[in-house]
Amino acid sequence: MARRTPLNEAHRKLGARMVDFAGWDMPVQYSSILGEHETVRTAVGLFDVSHMGEIEFSGPGALEAANRLISNDLARCKDGQAVYAGLLNEQGTFVDDVVAYRFSPERIFICVNSSNREKDFAWMREHAQGVKPVDRGDDYAQIAVQGPKAEGLVQRLTKTNVSKAQVDTYRFTEGEVAGVKCIISRTGYTGEDGFELYCAPNDAEKLWNALLEGGQADGVKPCGLGARDSLRTEMKYALYGNDIDDAHTALEAGLGWIVKLDKPGGFIGKQALEKQKAEGLKRKLVGFELTGSGIPRHGYPILKDGQRVGEVTSGTMGPSVKKPIGMGYVPTELAAEGSTFEVEIRGRSVAAQVVKTPFWKKP
Amino acid sequence: MSDIPKDLKYTKDHEWARQQGNTVIIGVTAHAQEALGDVVYVELPKVGSTLTAGKQFGVIESTKAVSELFAPLSGKVVKVNDVLSDNPQTVNADPYGSGWIVEIEPSDAQQLGELMDAAAYETLVKKA
Repeated sequence: MARRTPLNEAHRKLGARMVDFAGWDMPVQYSSILGEHETVRTAVGLFDVSHMGEIEFSGPGALEAANRLISNDLARCKDGQAVYAGLLNEQGTFVDDVVAYRFSPERIFICVNSSNREKDFAWMREHAQGVKPVDRGDDYAQIAVQGPKAEGLVQRLTKTNVSKAQVDTYRFTEGEVAGVKCIISRTGYTGEDGFELYCAPNDAEKLWNALLEGGQADGVKPCGLGARDSLRTEMKYALYGNDIDDAHTALEAGLGWIVKLDKPGGFIGKQALEKQKAEGLKRKLVGFELTGSGIPRHGYPILKDGQRVGEVTSGTMGPSVKKPIGMGYVPTELAAEGSTFEVEIRGRSVAAQVVKTPFWKKP
Repeated sequence: MSDIPKDLKYTKDHEWARQQGNTVIIGVTAHAQEALGDVVYVELPKVGSTLTAGKQFGVIESTKAVSELFAPLSGKVVKVNDVLSDNPQTVNADPYGSGWIVEIEPSDAQQLGELMDAAAYETLVKKA
């Protein structure tokens, strides 16, 4: 039996098409994936992301304990700031990708992928020094409010000032939205402005309905996993299990910016990444466009002169860029912008070219 | 319940076939396009190529899924719907009309009679 978020009934009432996603019964779409995608780019969309996991470190030493487990550096952050980071193993490859929130040096909150929740928690328990993490996954529901009209919508429902001046990108605060106590975080995975609201599971439906009602004039739409996937792909945001995993390092994934090799105290995976950096990368995750006809999909072979040199990790017809786009690992000599190769689609070789990413930029 | 026109013939794979003089037009049903979601790509056969009943003749892709198209009957392709190259969503908007896929000259007109009628197809869709 698939797990259900506190919004499961609400999704069904809205006529969502439900699918099994990493063991969770989740909405893939309500109306149309393309329509929902467009709504997030131009107005505001709501996503139920309650299936994501939350792990908390609290008490003296929480900051140091959590910081040693992630590749980015929470010691450089201010309280009220969040960072995107890798949870890496000794090889410098991914256990998961996470967002870590610094409430204070004695309270760190880490949001992890639903598919990795149990694995991450076990891994953190095993490797944490000083402070033991606590799995808070069942204590939080999470709603992502994404799109250019997200700020207006959330602001109308809260007395907390959520303007950029007050809560900038990757900053968060606590307050009430529609009378529901929330962590209000200016984060998301769509490439648009927006918030992720964490609340108690019992309050989730009230908050969801208030956002749907309050956003009527904005053209708010509930959005499913389908739109979430096309939106993040257009930004070349990595998806665990597709673009990043325990077989590719953070540097190969092009995520060097979330790896702070010089941070005091170090982190798990640091030595492997330093060695790889010194030796040079042999492969890299690139973003490409098909110049021939077709759509690249996860698992399709990447060929150069008829030889298999890599594999597509994510691909779609980009609804906003209106082109077939994808990502994949290729040998470093094929990774430069403008490099060409082929993607094998049902036995046919289709021309592709490495392009600058993100694929999508605001016009 | 999706629209199932009475005057068409159907396959278990959710294609429809419509006789029009000496040729037969083929498309996918309203039920199929709904199940697929937004169609973003249709791989069409070449004009002049031959379809074999029950065999794959093309591919239809939605934002999430890749699905094969199966020929309801055998024959030679005389026309393909080029509109779908630039506007694949026409399949969603008008599956029985401007969203048609190919037109063939059947090699054995008897095959059309062997397909499901609307009532049989409706029963199939209800079961699914």
